Amino acid sequence: MNINRRNFLAVLGVTGVSLATGTKLQASRENENDTEFYGVLYDSTRCVGCQGCETACAEEHGLPEPDPDDMPEVGKVRKANENRRTVVNVYDTSQGEVYVKNQCMHCNQPACTSACLTRAMQKTMEGPVTWTGDKCMGCRYCMVSCPFDVPKFEYHSANPKIVKCNMCYERVVEGKLPACVENCPAEALTFGTRRELVAEAHRRISENPDVYFGEIYGETEAGGTGFLYLSPVPFKELGFNTSVQKSSYPELTKGFLYSVPTIFVLWPAALLGIQKALKNNTTQEEDHE
Amino acid sequence: MNNQETILAKDNDGMPIVKFLREAIKPRGAIFTPFNVISVPIMLLGLGIIVVRFIKGIGAVTNLTQEVPWGLWIGFDVVTGVAFAGGAYVITFMVYILHMKKYHSIVRVTVLNGFLAYVFYAGALLLDLGRPWNVINPIIGNSFGVSSVLFLVAWHFLLYMIAMLIEFSPAIAEWIGLQRARKILSGMTLAAVIFGITLSTLHQSGLGALYLMARDKIHPLWYSEFIPVLFFVSSIFAGLSMVIFEGSISHKIFGSQISDKNHRAHDGIIHGLSKICTLTMFIYFFLQVLTFVHGKRWIYLDSPMGTWYLVEIIGFVLLPMVLFFYSYRNQNIFLIKLAAFITMVGVIINRLNVTVIGFRWDAAVHYFPSWMEIVVTLTVLFVEIWIFRWIVNRLPVLRDSPSWVNNK
Repeated sequence: MNINRRNFLAVLGVTGVSLATGTKLQASRENENDTEFYGVLYDSTRCVGCQGCETACAEEHGLPEPDPDDMPEVGKVRKANENRRTVVNVYDTSQGEVYVKNQCMHCNQPACTSACLTRAMQKTMEGPVTWTGDKCMGCRYCMVSCPFDVPKFEYHSANPKIVKCNMCYERVVEGKLPACVENCPAEALTFGTRRELVAEAHRRISENPDVYFGEIYGETEAGGTGFLYLSPVPFKELGFNTSVQKSSYPELTKGFLYSVPTIFVLWPAALLGIQKALKNNTTQEEDHE
Repeated sequence: MNNQETILAKDNDGMPIVKFLREAIKPRGAIFTPFNVISVPIMLLGLGIIVVRFIKGIGAVTNLTQEVPWGLWIGFDVVTGVAFAGGAYVITFMVYILHMKKYHSIVRVTVLNGFLAYVFYAGALLLDLGRPWNVINPIIGNSFGVSSVLFLVAWHFLLYMIAMLIEFSPAIAEWIGLQRARKILSGMTLAAVIFGITLSTLHQSGLGALYLMARDKIHPLWYSEFIPVLFFVSSIFAGLSMVIFEGSISHKIFGSQISDKNHRAHDGIIHGLSKICTLTMFIYFFLQVLTFVHGKRWIYLDSPMGTWYLVEIIGFVLLPMVLFFYSYRNQNIFLIKLAAFITMVGVIINRLNVTVIGFRWDAAVHYFPSWMEIVVTLTVLFVEIWIFRWIVNRLPVLRDSPSWVNNK
């Protein structure tokens, strides 16, 4: 009986600890509507493909200077990589050639931050999704999770970093514009709070319904993103991932994570119960043996 | 307290501690066995590749890309390796919770196998981490990413390794000859077992849950919200098939250590396990059919990936399940072992389908592991087998415990 009690207490302790840690399962950031995230509205009808944003971005973040011969070309998909956080591509569409800028979407509830087990990837209060090298262990789970394939990894470095657009977080907190927005000569990029930008985008669509395709990419995609896109053509023609779900990606693992505390409470109790219940049956047999 | 001093200074045969350690390190058995001749050069090569990886970066030795950031090292070493290590929680459940005494003789070897699998396959994870020096961050508590499935998996790996070490520790105490420590440690077994089963339930399914957010990247035939459940259920027969497979090999290689009684009992054990495999595989097959119908997956069947899916489900789930059932009814031990082998291949195929083959199946450039990734994987495997052999040759894992254990 002595041993039984000791084991029981051990299990009880274990259950208690797991209860205490299990309930810390963080609910996602407060009500989404209360938070004024900053974002950027990109209007592809205005973009002329000058790549000024690419140059400004490289300069701001100390990345290698872009190759001047590497220009947007129809039929060629240039991708962001560990040396460039943003790229401009051009697509031949039903409305002629259309430019599209590509960078981190800065989701409202990003898959990458919920995937990050060290909180290196964070959704800041201001809206930009940032990466902290001191915390990151380089597991690349953010890359696996991101529906837009944004985070890039320095595969050829002994001290590799995750590279992605951070919406120039260090400038935003100082009240400055992100480098790409400031250096866009065509005013294709607009910086502001996400709420204002959504309103502005809807205004542009309703004022010029002939010019714009009637949807904003990023308004609901992946639960809403910080970068919002306006386009003259359906987004599928511009190489966008249109199968992205409307609810946020962390939602997909929520059910599993919520089951964890339950299992941690029920399993040990049930296992111990079974163990004790069956023990009484078997001890007699043992005695006979 | 005089007693304790003697215990500290002497081992079980009364040898001084230094001599005991020297004896322990000395190799046993022939040196130029085929296994050694093959494994040593591969391990040396693997170590060289690992050095290159830490100097020049992961990209220097792997074929990983920005689109496919997890390859063979995660998909095979970690995800598949851990599924095969599932035998430890299933067998301890049967023996300590359900009191199925019949399987007691294989508990130690299974737990040892599970423990080493976790140490090495989860250890292989360190090779894949770009910034491994930060690996302690989610453990020491300066940055808990509690909303991450990987956070759960990382913690569970660590805790489960400790639980398995406790489960195995009486064997270590018996080896060194620490009678009192053995008594204390074996008193902790039940708690460790219960904790270990709970952890296993969660992280076996958690390994599947890791891929839930990759909804758009995994082929729809392999992606469903039930991945965690499927991973958990399949870890039961994956682990047991490994137990059958490993048991058949151990009984050949380490046969001299096994008592006649256990030798005779082994066929009965395998026979019993085949029944559990049949049952769990049936549940798994049923779940697969359910997700297939629910996901309206028949539209994907008419493609190469569809054929591949059918090969997996029919050839490597249904077939071994029927084989397990048939050989259980007919007490055909050879067929059970064959079924276990096919099942293991099937589990490898399934895990790789989710993590590597079906991941970004539509990408322009497909990921295929480099020869260096394969050599490193083999290195991890061989080092594990070496350590396993070293321990089995010295500790009472397969052989009976020293006589003092039973006459307290």
